[in-house]
Amino acid sequence: MKVTKDDLDNVAVLSRLTIPSEEAPQYIEQLDKFLTYVDNLAQVDTEEVRPTTYALPIQNVFRDDVVKPSLDREAALSNAPLKEDGYFKVPKVLED
Amino acid sequence: MKYEAVIGLEIHCELKTKTKIFCGCATGFGADQNTHVCPVCLGLPGVLPTINKRVVEFAIKAGLATNCEINKYSKFDRKNYYYPDLPKNWQTSQYDLPIAIHGWVDIDTEDGRKRIRLTRIHMEEDAGKLVHSGTNIKNSLTSNVDYNRTGVPLLEIVSEPDLRSAEEARTYMEKIKTIMQYIDVSNCRMEEGNLRADVNVSLRPVGSETLGTRTEMKNINSFKGLEDAINYEVERQREVLEDGGHIVQETRTWDPERGMTLSMRSKENAHDYRYMPEPDLPPIVTTDEQIAKYRDELPELPDARRERLEKDYGLSDYDAGIITGSRASAEYFDAVVAAGADAKLAANWMMGDLAKNLNAENLTIEQSPVDAKRLGAMIGLISKGTISSKIAKKVFKEMWTCPDDPEKIVKDKGLVQITDTSAIEGIVDEVIAANEKAVNDYKGGNKKAIGALVGQVMKKTRGKANPQMVNKLLAQKLNG
Ligand SMILES: [Zn+2]
Repeated sequence: MKVTKDDLDNVAVLSRLTIPSEEAPQYIEQLDKFLTYVDNLAQVDTEEVRPTTYALPIQNVFRDDVVKPSLDREAALSNAPLKEDGYFKVPKVLED
Repeated sequence: MKYEAVIGLEIHCELKTKTKIFCGCATGFGADQNTHVCPVCLGLPGVLPTINKRVVEFAIKAGLATNCEINKYSKFDRKNYYYPDLPKNWQTSQYDLPIAIHGWVDIDTEDGRKRIRLTRIHMEEDAGKLVHSGTNIKNSLTSNVDYNRTGVPLLEIVSEPDLRSAEEARTYMEKIKTIMQYIDVSNCRMEEGNLRADVNVSLRPVGSETLGTRTEMKNINSFKGLEDAINYEVERQREVLEDGGHIVQETRTWDPERGMTLSMRSKENAHDYRYMPEPDLPPIVTTDEQIAKYRDELPELPDARRERLEKDYGLSDYDAGIITGSRASAEYFDAVVAAGADAKLAANWMMGDLAKNLNAENLTIEQSPVDAKRLGAMIGLISKGTISSKIAKKVFKEMWTCPDDPEKIVKDKGLVQITDTSAIEGIVDEVIAANEKAVNDYKGGNKKAIGALVGQVMKKTRGKANPQMVNKLLAQKLNG
């Protein structure tokens, strides 16, 4: 696996991370090592193995359609960095 | 070059459950902002979402009602993207194992019935609502977010690109709405955003099999908006192609006020959703028995009901289509017939005076001041000969504002048809005496002249005489 600077930039954009350019080589190297390790798994023959969709042997965990109390609004907003009139307030949504 | 439009719809249909899809918060519309929220739907760390059983039931029923195959092994996935209406930064949705696949519905088009294929139906959670500080999203420095709608259960119903015009798209969306109402899984209130469509539109030269580059318009929440947006976009793309340009694959927003679509965002990697299986929600495994049980619970569906009305009552395909166009209207019809009315008369009255009055006052059939029982009773009076069809129109008008039974209205207003021969006879004699010319015309061989005399008698009795009886009496006297 060869991770490029473009790969790193793309992942950073998708994850909303700012990576200072002087730190980029370090992350590229780490990602590369990690993906090489994962690549080892590709050597295992999985021809007969169905893809795992869920790690535990359980299924059909449901709840009934019954209303439970919601949070008090003050509590709901208590961790919000910005709020206004009972709303969560967020910065500009779209870039130009 | 002649182009044809290729259109596909993704319809988001809000389910009418009491609670959200993964938590016990209420789903009710119109609550104060951020009062239907909890740690689960706010996406706080460490919470454990649990699937609402009713959502799965509704989704399977929707699948069965649209001729889908049910995936007996289904699961949820995370669709990752950053947008402030999504507190977790992913939407819990379904990716490769949706609850239902490969269905179809039939729609009526100018060229007859047409089958529209469904790719899939999957379950997902709705997002929150943004309130912008500016007049629109682009000129707002900040936005306010209400997470009440976050986690409200949705079905996303995806069609194949089988639609060829704005009109077909509208008819298809109406059909989906009708089916969801029949099976009672959604309120389908457009004005509350219960039914919204994302529309994909592309053009290709007529005869070509390859698809052109498409654009997507999101969140269209009215039938008119759907038609207008598609017509605008088809025209826009046609102009671009005819000028030798090419279409950019992008998301555009429909601005109903300005009647145009505008480019929204076209970042290349904006659609890299990096789906992954949802580790907090175990898979949904459905047995044949459960599917059979849900199928048994389905009501008679619109197409079947339409066929029944045609077969049992001899209604025309068109009339039966209109009457079964909503569950409420179909049930109204059945109730009118159950109240003793002739089925064809019932259909005529529903599509005539009833529809006219409802439209004029912008009422739904559920809000009709004349309920099915009273309309049925009134039609019964026509069939019995108590009132004529002409008088019935007066009675109906009276019933619209007066809650009395039609029998009472007919009696109180003195609208009972005169079937007493002696009472009519006197008037017939008067009319013969006063209309020498018509009488002579008739006697001279112009049998049609009797019509004018019948009209005179009806006028003098203010429509209450039985026209057949008047005809008979006049003929007797003139020939005798
Ligand atoms: Zn909640």
